[in-house]
Amino acid sequence: MCRIGAVKSKVPIHPSKALHLMLPQQEGHDNSGFAMVMQDLFGIFSGYKDKPLLSLACTQQGAHLVEDYMDSHNFVQLAEWIPVPDKKPNLDIKAMPYYIFRNYDYPEHVDTKEAREELLLDTRLALRKILDDSGEGYVYSFWPDVLTLKEIGDPRDIATYFRLWDDNGCLVARNIIAQCRQNTNYDIVRYAAHPFFLQGYTLCANGENTFFTKNKEFQKSLHRGYIGYESDSQNFLYTLHYVLHELKWPINYYKHVITPLPFEELETREDKDVLLAIRQSLANLEINGPNTIIAGLPDGRMMTCCDSKKLRPVVLGGDDETVAISSEVCGLNEILPNRDTTKDIYPNEREVVMIGNDLEVTRWKQ
Amino acid sequence: MEAIKVQDIAVNDLPWRIEYDASRCTRCGSCVAGCTFHAIEFGVRRQSMTVSKENTPMPEHTQVAVTVVKQSSDLKNACRGCGMCERVCPNDAIRPVRNPDSRKTLLSRDNGPIKRGGRTNLNAQRTLDKIIVGRISQMTDPSLDAARHTFDIRAPFGRVLSAKELPFTLSGGQLKMKKRVPPVKWIYPLIFSDMSIGALSTRAWEAIALATAYLNEKCGLPVMMSSGEGGMPVKLLESKYLKYFIIQIASGHFGWNRIIKAMPHMVTDPGGVLIKIGQGAKPGDGGLLPAEKVAEHVQAIRGVPKATLSSPPNHQGLYSIEESVQKMHLSLNAAFGFRVPVAIKCAASSTSVAVYNNLLRDPYKICGGFFLDGIQGGTGAANEVSLDHTGHPVVSKIRDCYLAAVKQGLQGQIPLFGGGGIGMTGNAAADAFKMICLGANGVFVGKILIQLLGCVGNENGRCNACNTGKCPTGICTQDPRLVKRLDVDRGAQKIVDYVLTFDQEMRKLMAPIGNSSLPVGRSDALVSTDKAIADKLGIQYVC
Repeated sequence: MCRIGAVKSKVPIHPSKALHLMLPQQEGHDNSGFAMVMQDLFGIFSGYKDKPLLSLACTQQGAHLVEDYMDSHNFVQLAEWIPVPDKKPNLDIKAMPYYIFRNYDYPEHVDTKEAREELLLDTRLALRKILDDSGEGYVYSFWPDVLTLKEIGDPRDIATYFRLWDDNGCLVARNIIAQCRQNTNYDIVRYAAHPFFLQGYTLCANGENTFFTKNKEFQKSLHRGYIGYESDSQNFLYTLHYVLHELKWPINYYKHVITPLPFEELETREDKDVLLAIRQSLANLEINGPNTIIAGLPDGRMMTCCDSKKLRPVVLGGDDETVAISSEVCGLNEILPNRDTTKDIYPNEREVVMIGNDLEVTRWKQ
Repeated sequence: MEAIKVQDIAVNDLPWRIEYDASRCTRCGSCVAGCTFHAIEFGVRRQSMTVSKENTPMPEHTQVAVTVVKQSSDLKNACRGCGMCERVCPNDAIRPVRNPDSRKTLLSRDNGPIKRGGRTNLNAQRTLDKIIVGRISQMTDPSLDAARHTFDIRAPFGRVLSAKELPFTLSGGQLKMKKRVPPVKWIYPLIFSDMSIGALSTRAWEAIALATAYLNEKCGLPVMMSSGEGGMPVKLLESKYLKYFIIQIASGHFGWNRIIKAMPHMVTDPGGVLIKIGQGAKPGDGGLLPAEKVAEHVQAIRGVPKATLSSPPNHQGLYSIEESVQKMHLSLNAAFGFRVPVAIKCAASSTSVAVYNNLLRDPYKICGGFFLDGIQGGTGAANEVSLDHTGHPVVSKIRDCYLAAVKQGLQGQIPLFGGGGIGMTGNAAADAFKMICLGANGVFVGKILIQLLGCVGNENGRCNACNTGKCPTGICTQDPRLVKRLDVDRGAQKIVDYVLTFDQEMRKLMAPIGNSSLPVGRSDALVSTDKAIADKLGIQYVC
C-alpha cells in the first residue's frame, strides 16, 4: 500500500517537511522512490509565479530536443534552475543526468486563459512524446507555479542528492503533495509515481483500482491528456479533471462519480434524478477498490476522500499555520507534534474533506 | 425364412430404445398411459417357460402368450427419451436408453425438414467453462465479505446519455435536471427471456410470471420477464404487475391488438418493450407455432384461427437499420409517452457489431438495450437444420460489441444483454458473471426456467418435442390433460429459489475480486485455459 501525504501551509515550507511527513510511515516496499508536486512556489521561483514552469528529467540529448521544440514554438525562456546534485558515494538513487526546472513566457499570440491551458498541455504532451520516442527523458509538468520532482531510490538519498535536507530557502512552496513509493503493479517507471499532474490538478492515491481496465478503456476516449496509465491511480486524477475541468461540475460531485451511492440510498435522496443520471452515465469512472485520494486543485485548495468501504486509511490534522494529510498519523506526529490531536479528522467512507487556502477545513458527506 | 425388409424402420433405428424387463412388470399400464408420444404400447409376446403347477416340483416346458410393453418403431412415435415411463413405473421395469447407432436423422426427412424444439444439439460447446475468474484480491486489496457487504447487482435498461449530454443546470452549487432524459430502469441483470403463451402452456407462463412478481414484491429483486411474441392476458395488462413485464413485439405482431386495446386501461407502464428482430435458435426465421398448439385460448389472445402460425422472418415494411430505428423504435417509444425503455433483440451474427454501431449512433437516443441471442438459445419450434447449423456463439459477439463501443467511447450507452446457452450446465450465475466481465450489462435466460419447472429436454437430444404439443411435462403444450402435470406453485417456487441462489452466487463471485458493483467490462478479472479463447476475447491465457 502506498503511503501518501500532503502539507499545506500559510508560510512556505521546504520539501524536507514533506519528507519528514512521509518517512515515519515506511513499511516494507515503501520508500523505493520519492515524488512530489510543489505548488504556490517561493524562493527562486518567486518572481515567475504566473509563468509556466517546465519540470523535466533528461539526458543532454533530451535537453537539446526540448530546447529545440520550445524555441520553435515561440516559448521564451525566462529563468532556469538546474539543481547541482550532491553525488556522495553509495547513494541509492537511479538519477537521470539532468533535472531542469525552467520558466517560460507564453508565446505572444496566446493570451486567453483557456488557450494557455490547452497550449501548456499540448506542449507537455508533445515534449513527452519526443522524449519517449528518443528514450532521452521524462517531462512531469508544465504549468505556472507548479514544480514536480520524481526519482527512483531511497527517499533519504534522493533528498541528499538534491540537497533537500539543506533547507536553504531556494526551493519552498505553500503546498506540497508527496509520495515515497514506486508502483508495484507494473514496471517501475518514473511516470508511474504519484502524484500525477494535469492542467493544475495534482493527485496521489493509495490503493488498488480494481476498475482500472474499465476506467482506462473509458478515459482513453474522453480527453487527449488522459494518457500513460503506467499506474492504476492515474485514473483518479483523470476523473477529477474530467468532472471539474471538462464537465465543470462542482467538486461535491466528484465523490458521487468515483464512489456512487448504492441504489437503495439513492432512492431516498431528493436529488436522486441527478445522482442516478451521473451514476449511469459515468458508470465506467466508478472506483470500486480500496483507496484514499489526496488531491490539489488549480486554485491551491487540497482535498481528501476514501473508498466507499473505508478500506484505506487517511488522517488530517494541523494547527493555525499548517495543515497536513497523511496515510498514517505517525507522519502528522512527526511534523506537527504540538497540534491538537482531538481535532484530527479521520474521514469516513462518504466524506470529503477540503482545506481552503486560509487553512479552513470543510467537510461534507456525499 | 422371412425376407428382411431393410427399408422398414426398426426400433434399433431410433435414437432411444426402451429397456423393458417383463419379469418386473406388473402390467399396471402406467407407462403406456404416461407416454405422450405413444412410443410404447401393450403387445403380446410368445414366451417359452418352464413352470411347475403341482405341490411337488413337476417342471414342464410350455409356450405362453404374455402381455408386454413394446416400443413403437414408427418414426412419428419415436421415443424421445423423456423418461416419463421410468418416472411412473412402480417396479423399475422400464427406461429409455440412448441408441448410439440411431438412423433417425437420416430417415426422418420424407415429409420435409425435421422440426423440433429445444436448442442446438450440435453446437453446445461451452466457451464459458474455459474461462475462470482468475483475478482474486489477495493482499494488494482485500476481498469483500459476500455475506456482509452491500452489493449493487443491478443493470441499466434504457438509453444512457453521455455525461456531456446530460441536461444539467447549475443552481446554488447543485446540479439540476433541466429536462427529461430517456427512461433508464435499473433492473436485475437476469432477465426472464421471451417465451410466449402458445409456445408455453398458459400454466407454465403463469408460473414464470408468478416467480417474477414474487421476486419483485417479496424479495426486492427487480427481475423483468419478457412476454414473448403472442401478447399477454388482458387482466395482467391492466394490473399493477405490468411494470415487471417487457412486452415483446415480433414480426407477426401477435397479441398487439389486445395490447393496444388495453392501453387506455393500463394502470402502470410496462417495464419495457422488446422489438424482436431475430432469435439465436433459428436466426433468419420468424416465430413458429404449430397448429397442434394453437388451442382456443391461444387463438383468443392472439386473435387468430387454429392454424400453424408462422411469423415472417422480418418486420414487414422495414428495409434498413436507420429506418427501423426511426419507425419502430420511435413509434413504440411514443406509444408509452417516452417513459418506457424500448430495446431490440437480434440473433447473434457476424454482422452484430455493425448493427450495434448503428444503434449507438442513433441521433434520437431511443434504443434502450441491445439483446444478443446466441446459437445456444432455445425455441419452441424450429427446423432442425436451423437449430444445429445456423447462428453464432454469443460470448465473443458480446465481447466484440462491447469493444466496438469502447473504441468509440460509447460503452454503457446502449446496455448489452447476452443470452443463448446461459445456465446450460445449471450454473447461470457463473455464466452471467463472466458475460458481464466481458462487457454485457446482464443476461437473459429461457431454457433454464422451463427446466426448473420440470422440462427434461437437453442439448443431447433428449425430448426436444416442444413443437409437438405433446410435452410430457405440461410446459410446452396446450393439452389440458398434460398441463395438469405441472404444479404451478411449486414450479414458481423453484424459479424463485434458483434466482435467490443466483443472487448469492453473484455475490460469491464479486466478493473475491473486490467489487461491490457489477464489474461490467472488467475483462482483467477473467483468465482462460484456452489460448484461442483468451486471444479472441482479449483476456489472459493461463495454464
